[in-house]
Amino acid sequence: MITLEGINRIFQVGDQQVHALDDINLTIQPGEYLSLMGPSGSGKSTLLNILGLLDKPTSGRYLLEGREITSLSDDEQATVRGEKIGFVFQFFHLVPRMSAFENVELPLVLAGMAPSVRRERVNVILEQLGLMDRAHHRPDQLSGGQRQRIAIARATIMKPSLLLADEPTGNLDSRSGTDVVEVLEKLNAGGITLVVVTHDGQVGKRAGRRLRMVDGAIVKDERG
Amino acid sequence: MRPGDTARFAAQSLIRARGRTLLMLLAMSIGVSAVVILTGLGEGARRFVTGEFASLGTNLVIVMPGRSETTGGAAALMAGETPRDLTVDDYLALTRNPLVSLAAPVMVGAAGAARGRLEREISVVGTTSEFLKIRHLSMDRGKFLPSGDPSRAVNVCVIGEKIKQELFGKEQALGEWLRLGDRRFRVIGVLATGGRSIGVDIQELVVIPVASAQALFNSPGLFRILVEARSREVMPRLQDQIRSTIAERHQGEEDVTVVTQDAVLATFDNILQALTFTVGGIGAISLAVAGILIMNIMLVAVSQRTREIGLLKAVGATRAQVTTLFLSEAVLLALLGGLLGLFFGYLGTTAIHGVYPDMDSQAPLWAVLAAVGVSSLTGLVFGIMPARQAAALEPVEALNG
Repeated sequence: MITLEGINRIFQVGDQQVHALDDINLTIQPGEYLSLMGPSGSGKSTLLNILGLLDKPTSGRYLLEGREITSLSDDEQATVRGEKIGFVFQFFHLVPRMSAFENVELPLVLAGMAPSVRRERVNVILEQLGLMDRAHHRPDQLSGGQRQRIAIARATIMKPSLLLADEPTGNLDSRSGTDVVEVLEKLNAGGITLVVVTHDGQVGKRAGRRLRMVDGAIVKDERG
Repeated sequence: MRPGDTARFAAQSLIRARGRTLLMLLAMSIGVSAVVILTGLGEGARRFVTGEFASLGTNLVIVMPGRSETTGGAAALMAGETPRDLTVDDYLALTRNPLVSLAAPVMVGAAGAARGRLEREISVVGTTSEFLKIRHLSMDRGKFLPSGDPSRAVNVCVIGEKIKQELFGKEQALGEWLRLGDRRFRVIGVLATGGRSIGVDIQELVVIPVASAQALFNSPGLFRILVEARSREVMPRLQDQIRSTIAERHQGEEDVTVVTQDAVLATFDNILQALTFTVGGIGAISLAVAGILIMNIMLVAVSQRTREIGLLKAVGATRAQVTTLFLSEAVLLALLGGLLGLFFGYLGTTAIHGVYPDMDSQAPLWAVLAAVGVSSLTGLVFGIMPARQAAALEPVEALNG
């Protein structure tokens, strides 16, 4: 379970203060499927970054599975990021010099897992995503949809409980976009908590719970 | 993270980012090899000069006519004093000193040398058999001047290799006659090449007995007397005794200059020191250039690397892990660059040695160490510093470059 209490995020832009998140209170149940929508600059990506520990709130409390996260040290946060959270980016953020296989393997390498175990796990997940024949291609030899699926494989290889996707279809044509959303939903059906930030109403509509943000605040919270 | 994985990650990022790695290696090896080659050249020149003096023998005392420290006859002339000639008798008197192991008189002059229709101007040295040993010369063929009474003029001569080539070509020179001025000399030996001595190329020398030289140049005056002391310790004493012996023979007038090899070396000390500073300066400049090259390449790569670090952090890398990864990469690069630079430097100095065999152009150890040290240090610092900064950022900031 995820609980956000009174989360604020203030950016200093020049001599101006931008209130990107304004007193956010939110509870997410395990296995929920959320979409976050709203105009540009409404703070939805900032909220996602804070959920994924990629950014720190200026104030407020963040509890992940009952554990206070905001007060953890950098290294402890890194461990939480590695073990509990998967992140999918709009621009994929694959390491260009590494093959698809190596990109997926990366979190396991950082966790110090033995090579034989790693190979097994990466092969299983590539198989599931239908990417076995692409395993030794570099990212620039893959289509956008394939790249995003590799990124999803990397985000889920550590079997996290929370999967965050920031505009996962934003750089894809509609067919590969649907493809990617289906992959994410399949993972959600397997029990992972899924939060998707999107501009695309079609994509946002599919979520079981739909949040709408304006000016750093959640203005709508629909279910069903 | 496993050590093997760390090494693999570092090696992989070097191999697959080929352009950047090659540029870095180029910069580092240019820096290191430039220092090795340039300081090697400078040091070679320095050693060449020192070697020239050392080859004259360290126990050597040189007696010159005229009383002055380093400028010889010129100062005596300015003082309005005509120095008494040094004579063969003075030389014989010095050989009777028990502190002397060897002594040789030296007369120097130029004469026209002719054989058949071939003729050229030649430097002629008149001396005795001891000259060979004192100047550390060796014979290629035949014999050096015979020992015996130095006041007897024997018409024999020993010639340098180049003279032999020019006047005799491929023909046999030993036993042939050579005309010097208006006299004829029988060639009894050819000097070996390789020996060298300041100012005179022994390959272009003709050596004749001192009495013959006196007759040839029609003058009794010696140019120098070379004296080798029995040991280094007795040299100061020997110098005093030489002065008093000569003064006794010259009506109490001390009209010779007695210098040691050390004194001559000391005169050149300033030059050698300047040379050493030049070498150091050249080394420092090449190092600075190499350092800036390395720095630039590393800084250009920063924003790309920053994004990569953001990603690493997003998938769970700790700050220490990120630093370790980049440190390993920088160490690997520095090691490769240093080795490559040493290799090229070695190639360069070997090539120089091939072209100028006389120059022992080996870079001094301090220059090699400083070169490798500075280039790896700049590589390390500018490899790690941006990585450390990026690792300290929030992942989202790093991801956005």
